[in-house]
Amino acid sequence: MRREDFVVTSNREIARDICEMRLSGNTTAISAPGQFVNLRIDGLYLRRPISVCDWETGAMTLIYKVVGEGTARLAERKPGEVLDVLVGLGNGYDLHASGDRPLLIGGGAGVPPLYGLARRLIQQGRSVQVLMGFASAREAFYVDAFRALGADAAVATADGSLGAKGFVTDILPAPDAYTHVYVCGPEAMLKAVWQCAGTSGQFSFEERMGCGFGACMGCSCKTKYGAKRICKDGPVLRKEEIVW
Amino acid sequence: MVNTGVTLLGIRLDNPVIPASGTFGYGQEFAEFYDINCLGSFSFKGTTLEPRFGNPTPRIAECAQGMLNAVGLQNPGVEAVIHRELPALRKVFAKPVMANVCGFSLEEYARVSELLDAQEQVGWLEINISCPNVHGGGLSFGSDPKAAAEVTRRVKTVTRKPVIMKLSPNVTDIGEIARACEDAGADGISLVNTLLGMRIDVRKRRPVLANGTGGLSGPAVFPVALRMVWQVYNAVRIPIVGMGGVETARDVVEMMLAGATAVQVGAANLVNPYACRDIVSDLPEEMRRLGIERLEEIIGGAH
Repeated sequence: MRREDFVVTSNREIARDICEMRLSGNTTAISAPGQFVNLRIDGLYLRRPISVCDWETGAMTLIYKVVGEGTARLAERKPGEVLDVLVGLGNGYDLHASGDRPLLIGGGAGVPPLYGLARRLIQQGRSVQVLMGFASAREAFYVDAFRALGADAAVATADGSLGAKGFVTDILPAPDAYTHVYVCGPEAMLKAVWQCAGTSGQFSFEERMGCGFGACMGCSCKTKYGAKRICKDGPVLRKEEIVW
Repeated sequence: MVNTGVTLLGIRLDNPVIPASGTFGYGQEFAEFYDINCLGSFSFKGTTLEPRFGNPTPRIAECAQGMLNAVGLQNPGVEAVIHRELPALRKVFAKPVMANVCGFSLEEYARVSELLDAQEQVGWLEINISCPNVHGGGLSFGSDPKAAAEVTRRVKTVTRKPVIMKLSPNVTDIGEIARACEDAGADGISLVNTLLGMRIDVRKRRPVLANGTGGLSGPAVFPVALRMVWQVYNAVRIPIVGMGGVETARDVVEMMLAGATAVQVGAANLVNPYACRDIVSDLPEEMRRLGIERLEEIIGGAH
């Protein structure tokens, strides 16, 4: 965990209410896909946690959905502006548990951290399948980007305007077709996948946070192994420890 | 050379800056950001006899210049603090720590205090009779002078360490509560805990916090906290630990001028994990600017 200044290099809408922001700065505190950053936004007291989509030495990409005042202000940031960022927060996904054929499942604003995860799993020689769920084609993003990495990507939309009509659980492959699930999305989706996934898995959760680094106990949840802080002991929880 | 040192109830501090309970855990998270030995001390997370999960989420809300929390005293319980947190703390913090004690009965306050009194690392007991986010604990003791005095007396019978009573601003006359604690044997007073507040989600037409209400902190409360430190300084002769919305070295000076011997910093730690380290390093320059040679000289200096 570290505080760093990052410079915005681009910030643009890539789907309805979905923005992609690229930043340059010191990313050495990031150790795993699925970790997040906590951004200071002028005029707002609390920082805003955003998952890291992908990163490399000296640069990172964030994708966020504009839902409230914080993300609306973030969408106004221009290239060249500097952001105060806490970097390397949360546990992130464990790549070692993937097996040969990991299945990545994302819903809406939960899709971004799966991109950095997919890239690393493919680098390690894994055969990666990705299921993406969106409300409609207008909210869909990064489908081609996943395919360009070499992932086998399938889409479901609630209105059927892109890919299959329905939810990601409607296009879930047979349990013998994958070795492990990595999931990120709205809680209802996490729970539906948790109920029908046929393998071990890791699920990334969201909660309203105070600090984002484990100090305030604002985002605690109950697990089979006791209370955990989503920001510090999570956001990724293992399938077997989750209590709904 | 300016001197930032202060003496709080017999213990010499390098500086008066003390992260406030509930914003600093048991020290470990901040030790990942910086060497926390630069602090005067810190007050660890409010600790009860049994482990507590606390309130349902959302526990956090935001407002202009501040935040609300309704954590509800989540903590691992005093046994885990003694056997896990304090040994771990020893590796990252070499100074006396302030032990924040919470309870739901006189017996619980006394038992937790007794157990923490036996810990060598504990310098002071800070008795939280002011948590606004739990029912039947905390504030029910801190809003009545008789009950506050009773907790003070009970805790004083089980410890030889200095006892600092942490007061709530959610009372009609804070001077009266402080005097009741002093008369019952309290060694010091710390104030203010958070101000009771709430936010409503206008789309859902429901409170933002699952608990409905929560405790307001951050710069929004600073003038209220300062006024109450001022009032308590007029009401008692024992030392005061001032807190509420402190963010800068100048705020620390202001709190001390109102009557604080030491100053706690709360919400600022959550938005800037380096807040206390920055205040400590800014203090000498701020003192030079204001013509202060020994920080201790200014305690109550505005009266």
